[in-house]
Amino acid sequence: MEEHHGLNYVRTEMLGEQAPPVSEVGAVRWVRENLFSGWVNTILTVISLAVIAWAVMAIGPWLLNSVWEAESLAQCREILAAAGAVNEHGTFGACWGVINDRWHQLLFGFYPPELYWRPILAFVLMLVALAPVLFPNVPRKWLFFSVAYPFIGFFLLWGGTVWLPLMIAAGFVVGYIAARLTSGYSTLITSAAAIIAPLIWWFYLMGPVTEALHSMIPIGLEAVQSNDFGGFMLSIIIGVTGIVLSLPLGILLALGRQSNMPLIKTICVVFIEFVRGVPLITLLFTASLLLNYFLPPGTNFDLILRVIIMVTLFATAYMAEVIRGGLAALPNGQYEAADALGLDYWKAQRLIIMPQALKISIPGIVNTFIGLFKDTTLVVFIGLLDPIGLSSAIRASSDWQGIYWELFIFIGAIFWIFCFGMSRYSMYLERRLKTDHR
Amino acid sequence: MKKSVFLGTLTVAGLAAGMAAAGTLEDVQERGTLNCGVSTGVNGFSAPDANGVWQGFDVAICRAVAAAVLDDPMAVNFVPTTGQTRFTALASGEIDMLARNTTWTLSRDVDLGFTFVGVNYYDGQGFITNRELGVSSATELDGATVCIQTGTTTELNLADFFRANNMTYEPVPIETNAEAQQQYLAGACDTYTTDASGLAATRASFSAPGDHVILPEIISKEPLGPLVRQGDDEWADIVRWTLNALVAAEELGITSTNLDQMTAGTDNPEINRMMGTEGSLGEMLGLEADWAVRAIAASGNYGEIFAANIGEQTPVGLARGLNAQWTQGGLMYAPPFR
Amino acid sequence: MAMDSGAPTGSFRLSMLLYDTRYRSYTIQIFALFLLMLGAAWLVDNTIRNLAALGKDFSFSFLWNVSGYDISQRPIEYSSTSTHARAAWVGLLNTLILAVMACVTATVLGVIAGVLRLSNNWIIGRLMTIYIETFRNIPALLWIVVFGAIMAESMPAPRDFRGDTPEATMQVFDSVAITNRGVYIPAPQFERSLGTLDLGFVAPSLDAIAFILVVVLSIWANKRLIAHATKVQNATGVRPKTWWKSILILFGPAIVLLVALGFYLDYPALAGFNFRGGIHMRSSLIAMWLGLSFYTGAFIAEVVRGGIMAISKGQSEAAAALGIQPGKTMRLVILPQAMRVIIPPMISQYLNITKNTSLGLAVGYMDLRSTLGGITINQTGRELEGMGLMMLIYLLLSLLISSAMNLYNNRVKLRER
Repeated sequence: MEEHHGLNYVRTEMLGEQAPPVSEVGAVRWVRENLFSGWVNTILTVISLAVIAWAVMAIGPWLLNSVWEAESLAQCREILAAAGAVNEHGTFGACWGVINDRWHQLLFGFYPPELYWRPILAFVLMLVALAPVLFPNVPRKWLFFSVAYPFIGFFLLWGGTVWLPLMIAAGFVVGYIAARLTSGYSTLITSAAAIIAPLIWWFYLMGPVTEALHSMIPIGLEAVQSNDFGGFMLSIIIGVTGIVLSLPLGILLALGRQSNMPLIKTICVVFIEFVRGVPLITLLFTASLLLNYFLPPGTNFDLILRVIIMVTLFATAYMAEVIRGGLAALPNGQYEAADALGLDYWKAQRLIIMPQALKISIPGIVNTFIGLFKDTTLVVFIGLLDPIGLSSAIRASSDWQGIYWELFIFIGAIFWIFCFGMSRYSMYLERRLKTDHR
Repeated sequence: MKKSVFLGTLTVAGLAAGMAAAGTLEDVQERGTLNCGVSTGVNGFSAPDANGVWQGFDVAICRAVAAAVLDDPMAVNFVPTTGQTRFTALASGEIDMLARNTTWTLSRDVDLGFTFVGVNYYDGQGFITNRELGVSSATELDGATVCIQTGTTTELNLADFFRANNMTYEPVPIETNAEAQQQYLAGACDTYTTDASGLAATRASFSAPGDHVILPEIISKEPLGPLVRQGDDEWADIVRWTLNALVAAEELGITSTNLDQMTAGTDNPEINRMMGTEGSLGEMLGLEADWAVRAIAASGNYGEIFAANIGEQTPVGLARGLNAQWTQGGLMYAPPFR
Repeated sequence: MAMDSGAPTGSFRLSMLLYDTRYRSYTIQIFALFLLMLGAAWLVDNTIRNLAALGKDFSFSFLWNVSGYDISQRPIEYSSTSTHARAAWVGLLNTLILAVMACVTATVLGVIAGVLRLSNNWIIGRLMTIYIETFRNIPALLWIVVFGAIMAESMPAPRDFRGDTPEATMQVFDSVAITNRGVYIPAPQFERSLGTLDLGFVAPSLDAIAFILVVVLSIWANKRLIAHATKVQNATGVRPKTWWKSILILFGPAIVLLVALGFYLDYPALAGFNFRGGIHMRSSLIAMWLGLSFYTGAFIAEVVRGGIMAISKGQSEAAAALGIQPGKTMRLVILPQAMRVIIPPMISQYLNITKNTSLGLAVGYMDLRSTLGGITINQTGRELEGMGLMMLIYLLLSLLISSAMNLYNNRVKLRER
């Protein structure tokens, strides 16, 4: 009040910043906006908190009382009782001893324990083989390994003579040579030769040649019977084989459905709609009960192989629909451009259409795979020992009778990790592909 | 026209393939292993142990056949089958023989096209209930919830039994013995019905077997035995006489411990014929002379197999009962080895 | 200017079948037809010879033999002296009952979870994400088995309800009993029942038909009333009071009918081994129902979320600008538009539910797969006929559902110019 610089209503210095109201900052504001912004939200929040509290109260103590070292349920209950983990219904606590005791069965079935390194190695190599397909920054050369992997995996898992997978692979070489020899003629003849020559090789020549080679140079691993396969190993074998085989078949089927040849189109539509219209379990029963009716008397092949064939057919129909979606999403201009360049049908498909259509379909393909992987649990109905089948075998043994939560949680958790991982991968792909178009 | 020609060609090709398919014995010998269908897990009858080696009463029959045919009791590839898949597996040739608590009935023998080679266990269908319920007879089960394994004859017997006694019940169909145990123990059904031997085996695996009572009524005849495909009599004979050899061995006092002694030659000509030191029974079967010795060496004679897997000393704890030798008042009676 | 049409005009040569695109498609198709017929002939021939080798014939006459087995859940009259065909029919009805129940609850669950996942309430959004990700990524069969185990192991047995100080008591004013054999709920009964309309293959209750008829008529009458009120309002500007008339029309006739028929509730009561009376929802049905509903609900939630997110933000902003409350925005603006995106994937979810009902045997639910495809095949040894018939039925069911849903989809589809 002492200094007067005339009438000056303009403030020369800013007021110090005031702290915002308590309800508008930090945690309080966040809570207000996100949890209690209206009466509906408040009710929802209260209900959610109650659910969470109930779940924690129910599961928490049970988990805290976990017993890892026990050889039977009775022993586990003794340990729990000794530790005082008791409520009105008896002992209360998780008996993870069952996992400790039987994890190898849940993962490998009855695969000989001294040979566990083989499925493990096969699994690691599978990841290596998948890397160049799944991630763009892996060197392209690795793709050669991916192509060779099916034979390596087969050899590692089933064992037996090394010549069998080599000779099966040789079939593709035979097909390639046949295609080269006939390349001067029409594409129709070339493709027919490329299909028929390997078939002749596989059905008639391969057996004797393999035997002859094996008797001359007997290299091989100890053979393991398909009956010993089980657990997650079986799920992964069926799932991965099914999806890998169904991709090329699905592409062919999708193209067939788009074809302007009415007969081809009808065949494809009938096949796709039939397979999609019946439950997978009926197809699996067909594999286990009926396939022998449809094959020449006396033929008999491995149940796992039969299941893989059926699962592949099943996945093929779904895959065809996914890829058809991708094809439909392509603008017509792409087809017209390919025509304008004078490319023939297959060249146009290979160079222009498929690279784009497949890229669009990748999330769908991954989803089909997740579904197929989960559906492999249905093989329990035809007597194959998948994780669920093994869980009931374990529950039948006198040591672990009466246990279920621990087994289901373990099996569920592994499935969850696989499937969740894959769905995240599909999201990653979606994001990556989105940026490509901008 | 074109089509019929092709059909004809295919038929010819197929017939040729059919001719080429040899008998089961040749198949087994060529393969070097016996494919034997067993159940997916019934304590004492067939179940893999912790090392994945199959053990049990039915398993022992498979091993004896493998020993007789291939001279190696371990050369068996066990194929677990469910009540639903077992017959197809046999009919399709996926397995060479089925040893899975299968009841010998007319329709299975005739209509389904199988040959039962004998009976390795005389059984009957019974009920197990919790002692707490205070039920002492199956006729008191009116209105009860009954757990039952589907795809077996027990299902049909159960329906017949309740209808004949004018009672109602609530069936809970379950696919495997393991799940049936779970349901029964949890009290989801008042009683569980299956073959009495199975009930004993199941009760043995309970943590408190004393709380459960097997009701006195046996509502059916269940002669359980191994079976093979119809039409291959040579193979049926081998399995039949391997089973008979095990039974006869017990009657004649041949055990796995005195087998060497018996093979060396005895005063009893029937033993000598069986051991292959006299006559040519093995040759008649298309096997080697010491086939029966090998079969018995695999896991002992019938009595030993019974005692080791389901006898009174085991957790299953079954008495011999009907399955004693005929000389002991039972029904086990092997035709003469001559 | 002489134009070369590009098409050679010369006469037809045989090699044109291979090289000329005009004819090549015929070559390919004839070749494919030939292969197809060859393949079919091969399969049929094999089957005939295999059947002959097994001494079996191909005939459906087994369907008219006595089945000999009992079924727990029987929507229609059935006993062990009925035929296999009737057993299959009971199984099919059970399949349909389960499919309808699961479709309804899965839709409700899915829509709630999908909408709530997008809610701005952080905690409920997370909770729904956990629900969706947990159920989506674990096989349906495992969920069914888990719900089956919960029902069998954690619920009280009927004998626990007995005694002076029972371990378990009935819920909701002593009218609902939750046991490990299922849930017993009161059943509507009529003293002067009209009986059932026995058509042989289905036996619907006439009381239920009458009740539904009356309710539908009441709703229709109410609609007319409101339309009339609107007309009056448009003409005179004054809307006549209709609320009491509406209530009367909606509830009056139904109540009168119920009283006339002597409606009462039949409460379940403990008798003998089990509860008697009321409606018994078996634990197998409940396990299948909950398992399929929660599993598919998670997928439907994602479908719903996708549909809502596909609606441009401008729509909700416009609604906000008009002053419409958030709840109403969802109901009146977003959901109707989202439906168009939602319905096609929803069809495939309903189909999945229908197909997944075939997992029933895992918990002992007697659906078509367990009766015709399970016990009947096993007791008669008619795999080929039984499986063929079962596949055909499932196929027809799928085609029926998808064509019905497609019809609906065409109705709500945006009419594009």
